Amino acid sequence: MSTAKSFRVLPGFKLTLGYTLGYMSLLILIPLSAVFLKTFELDWERFIEVVTAPQVVATYKLSFGASLLAAAINAVFGLLLAWALVRYSFPGKKLVDALVDLPFALPTAVAGIALTALYAKNGWIGQYLEPFGIKVAFTPVGVLVALVFIGLPFVVRTVQPILEDLDTELEEAAASLGAQRWQTFRHVILPILLPALLTGFALAFARAVGEYGSVIFIAGNLPYVSEITPLMIITRLEQYDYRGATAIASVMLIFSFILLLIINGLQAWTAKRTGRDR
Amino acid sequence: MTHRLKNSLRRSVAALAFLTAGAALAQTTILNVSYDVSRELYKDINPAFSAAWKKQGGADIAVNQSHGGSSKQAGAVIGGLEADVITMNQSPDIDILVERGGLVAADWRKHFPHDATPYTTTSVFLVRKGNPKKIKDWDDLAKPGYQVIVPNPKTSGNGRYTYLAAWGYALEKTGSDAGAKDFVSKLFANVPVLDGGGRGATTTFTQRDVGDVLVTFENEAILIANELGGNQFDIVYPSLSIEAAAPVAVIQKIAAKRGTEKVAKAYLNFLFSPAGQENIAKHDFRPRDASVLKKHAAKYPSIRTFTVEQKLGGWAAVQKVHFADGGLYDQIILKK
Repeated sequence: MSTAKSFRVLPGFKLTLGYTLGYMSLLILIPLSAVFLKTFELDWERFIEVVTAPQVVATYKLSFGASLLAAAINAVFGLLLAWALVRYSFPGKKLVDALVDLPFALPTAVAGIALTALYAKNGWIGQYLEPFGIKVAFTPVGVLVALVFIGLPFVVRTVQPILEDLDTELEEAAASLGAQRWQTFRHVILPILLPALLTGFALAFARAVGEYGSVIFIAGNLPYVSEITPLMIITRLEQYDYRGATAIASVMLIFSFILLLIINGLQAWTAKRTGRDR
Repeated sequence: MTHRLKNSLRRSVAALAFLTAGAALAQTTILNVSYDVSRELYKDINPAFSAAWKKQGGADIAVNQSHGGSSKQAGAVIGGLEADVITMNQSPDIDILVERGGLVAADWRKHFPHDATPYTTTSVFLVRKGNPKKIKDWDDLAKPGYQVIVPNPKTSGNGRYTYLAAWGYALEKTGSDAGAKDFVSKLFANVPVLDGGGRGATTTFTQRDVGDVLVTFENEAILIANELGGNQFDIVYPSLSIEAAAPVAVIQKIAAKRGTEKVAKAYLNFLFSPAGQENIAKHDFRPRDASVLKKHAAKYPSIRTFTVEQKLGGWAAVQKVHFADGGLYDQIILKK
């Protein structure tokens, strides 16, 4: 009886699960628990003092706010880009497709320096924005620009395969039943894409929260204005305050974990809903 | 438990370093861990030392270099990087090796001449060609309407020296800590960008065209004015600045283990020799040797300087009063 119960069609369940858990622990859980262990060397009052210092709180707002906004921008324009790449053929399409991955491959410091050079007041783009009083480099807007840049591939690459699998017949059916274009998008296409879009959003967001290399060049790093949370961590490390650094890091981890949990829950919910709809 | 884990980690890191160094082990090597912008200097010093060492009857020796942000480098040594000597631009980065693990002897300043500092530099102003804003002294930097580029004092030794130089100037002028605090607050309110390090600030000022004045080390300023900047910048010497002495030390615990104490000591002594001092002058640092300094006097206008020990009660006090959490620096940026 009991042997029949544990019988599985696929062999190697225990081996693969054991391997997966071991691998996860080695790569993710042990380093992360080291962060928390180091934090526990601080007493509670000191911990609160470090993580709620006004300068640090200001960085949470910028880091999480700009990351969410950047992920939202990427969700919209990443979807457009994926749509264009899947549905239309145009000269240089393969090239554009390959370019999408560039932010993955480029060292972040290079991206940061390139963006700063472009958006500084003497840069190619910055010189045209300057007369309008728009400043991008060395402001929080610069942070947003960098985060949008590094997050773009995540949305495109998660939405693209779903779009490729999507039959145009569905849209034709909707049109033949009298649906307007917007209705077709809203009620037919979007529900199918939503889970993948949310995954892309979550990935772009997670990447943006932890991003340091590219942001640091364009941000200007003024206290209370354009400092990101990872900079606060680096600042503490530079001063040999490893406990303070891990304290801020653990707050970041907890925040990010909660947000990712919410996004994943949302994704599971939409997947279930659209699955039932279908 | 965590301690044991740490030790075994350290050992495996050391083993890894040993394996990668295996190829070069035929000859003796020593590792010099240094800060970010000393790369070019030591590239010249190292072969000169190897040649001199051999001439004195020593064995073949290769000096390896490692460069990076100074605190990061000291952190790597604490974490197990097997370096024989450390050469920094501010003494807290060596004192930390005394504090954590006793890697360096507590009296390291007494092991070499001039408190173990083979050269100095100082914080000066770099302005755009012709000095359009007529910047002459620290007072101008604190006036409204001026933009000052300084690297972040929290992450950069260069920025820290600038902050302390301004503080010392204001202290002398106003005669009180309150006056100095007020002055330095005004100055830092004029800072539009805080780069992580000295080179970043240089880029912001020279390439991005941000700011009216860059405050940086004299050697960096000479390098920009004469070489990098293409004759677009002028150096301005303030009436008073800080002496930034670059400290060096043998990392005794590691050198003893590796049996390199003698050569490590000779290496650092070489920095104080006429040949070493000549190399130092070549890279625009102020040599300690009076005759070498005199020879290059044209490059180094006389400037009145003070040291952290003279005016600000030493590095330990400065760290505690100014740069610790909630210290004067934090209060100054809060005021803005």
